[in-house]
Amino acid sequence: MTALTPGPRTEQSAAEDARDESGPRRDATGGRGGWRALLVQPALVALGVLAFVLWRSTVTLSDTEARQLGAATLWDSTLRHLALTVVAAAIVLAVAIPLGIALTRPALRRLTPAVIGIANVGQAAPAIGLFVLLAIWLDFGFWTTVLALVLYSALPVLRNTMVGLQGVDARLVEAGRGMGMSGFAVLRRVELPLAVPVILAGARTALVLLVGTATLATFIGGGGLGVLINTGITLSLNSLLISGAALVALLALAIDWLGRVVEHVARPKGL
Amino acid sequence: MSDTLPAPSTPAAPERKVSGVPIRLEGVTKRYSGQDRPAVDSVSLDIAAGETVMFVGPSGCGKTTLLKMINRLIEPSDGRIHLGDEDVTSQDPDQLRRRIGYVIQAGGLFPHMTVGTNVGMVPRMLGWEKQRVTERIDELLDLVGLDPDVYRDRYPKELSGGQQQRVGVARALAADPPVLLMDEPFGAVDPITRQRLQDELIRIQLELGKTIVFVTHDFDEAVKLGDKIVIFDVGARIVQYDTPEAILAEPAEEYVADFVGAGATLKQLTLTRVNSLELRQVTTASVGDDAAEAVARARAAGDDFVVVLDKRGRPISWPTLAEVSRMSTVPPTVDERLPVVGLGATLNDALDTMLAASQGGVVVLGRRDGMAGVVSIEAIMEAIQRTRQETAG
Repeated sequence: MTALTPGPRTEQSAAEDARDESGPRRDATGGRGGWRALLVQPALVALGVLAFVLWRSTVTLSDTEARQLGAATLWDSTLRHLALTVVAAAIVLAVAIPLGIALTRPALRRLTPAVIGIANVGQAAPAIGLFVLLAIWLDFGFWTTVLALVLYSALPVLRNTMVGLQGVDARLVEAGRGMGMSGFAVLRRVELPLAVPVILAGARTALVLLVGTATLATFIGGGGLGVLINTGITLSLNSLLISGAALVALLALAIDWLGRVVEHVARPKGL
Repeated sequence: MSDTLPAPSTPAAPERKVSGVPIRLEGVTKRYSGQDRPAVDSVSLDIAAGETVMFVGPSGCGKTTLLKMINRLIEPSDGRIHLGDEDVTSQDPDQLRRRIGYVIQAGGLFPHMTVGTNVGMVPRMLGWEKQRVTERIDELLDLVGLDPDVYRDRYPKELSGGQQQRVGVARALAADPPVLLMDEPFGAVDPITRQRLQDELIRIQLELGKTIVFVTHDFDEAVKLGDKIVIFDVGARIVQYDTPEAILAEPAEEYVADFVGAGATLKQLTLTRVNSLELRQVTTASVGDDAAEAVARARAAGDDFVVVLDKRGRPISWPTLAEVSRMSTVPPTVDERLPVVGLGATLNDALDTMLAASQGGVVVLGRRDGMAGVVSIEAIMEAIQRTRQETAG
């Protein structure tokens, strides 16, 4: 983007010229500032992990504590926790985004209140109740946990997909149709790209929600970092309780950061 | 592709280039369920190839609905629509719309695509080769007066409102459609920019000869741009369909007279165009020319100023001879306040521009913003006098 070449006598008003110049400049600074903000969060996470490792290697622990906080056990719990989160998130995205798209099409628009109502119930119900009821109904274990997590976190993605699509200027849709794009082409080339920031924000909210809620998996045999917290509470071992909570928080922060990076990269240029 | 110098063409000449096709509406009707009166009630209308027809009427009269039924963004409940000798009423609407340019307010540009991508949209949908699309984008940006090298890779938000609107027009023309539908395209820009865009459209239309249907609520705009004007009442009832001159001279009903307004005699100013005056040819010089030589030429021609042209042949300033003789070469300075109008501008526009710039004349732009000549305030006063006498006599 070069500076304006002087001259082409196209527009005369000074106001317009001023706007011409402000465009590119604003872009450049906005981009750089965005990246700088993105560097703070991982630094905090790294500091947190470092602090935990330091504490773990210097403190003296009882046998039970040492077993629970052993490197291998911790690693397994963390991976299990991540697996729950990622699998549930993948299912949520695969279901809620297409559903959100479908519900904003004219033909299905009237179903919107019903579906949003169901999703609201999923989120409004106490998470622990949802987990336990599903476990009693189905079975204990990984997949029941995943199902509970999906029900619990579908709403933000669904709602943001719909809000994002509804937020696209109707005139742009009309311009697209008016130049001969099919309804699907307008969706793919205009509506979805413009809704991406809002949809991704919903996905990030859901992910963070999932990391936190997955701690409840321990109650229905789903494993994860919740085990640490639960054991800590049952045996009154604060070291376990606090370690578990801190690790979940760090994981949530890390995932939130990843989400922000994706949002930053996927954000369409020119907005 | 820069045209060197003014070929003050004779735009009013009868043999106009026509690349449009006629449009024929037969009993076109739109009923919405739950409304007892149709929004558009059995409209029949013939639009000749290459003409610009303006749809005017109060808001809610159905003029926009009628426009959108031509490209079937709104499906007619009844009636037939013909483009050329083709009945397009039941053609696949997506295919149909790729052959009809469509311009809406503020251009309707896709904000996440560059100017070039926006313009190349329809040609790509039609499966043109990449090379051809690229060439076409540059050609069109040039046509609407935007330097392709500067604007091709910009995003719409980096453009002013007027520039966005130009890109909107370029995009609509991309696949060279015979018909152009424009839905209040210049409604959202300031008056000066609007006048420039109107001039530009007149110039482009002279070059291309499309069939244009243009919806506006501004009667002055209709008079300025239209070969014909259709005045609608509620239900898209056609009250009068005629040339601007005829409508101003003989409004068909009181309704039209009210709509046209009391200033109808002054509106004659809007009817007379700069290109009907005799343009004064003045001395021009290109940036970097020898200053002394330019001054000598101007003296010989009896001019007391020269018009400086940039390398694309567009006027950028008009320094006096005294100013030029102080330099060794003709300076590249751009005079932001240089008053310019298009050939299609009305006397009204020309006067406005002079007053805004506090100058006694304006530079008239011809093809591709090249110079066509200069009009002075005296020439305009004279033309007004003449019209007065004619109307009086």
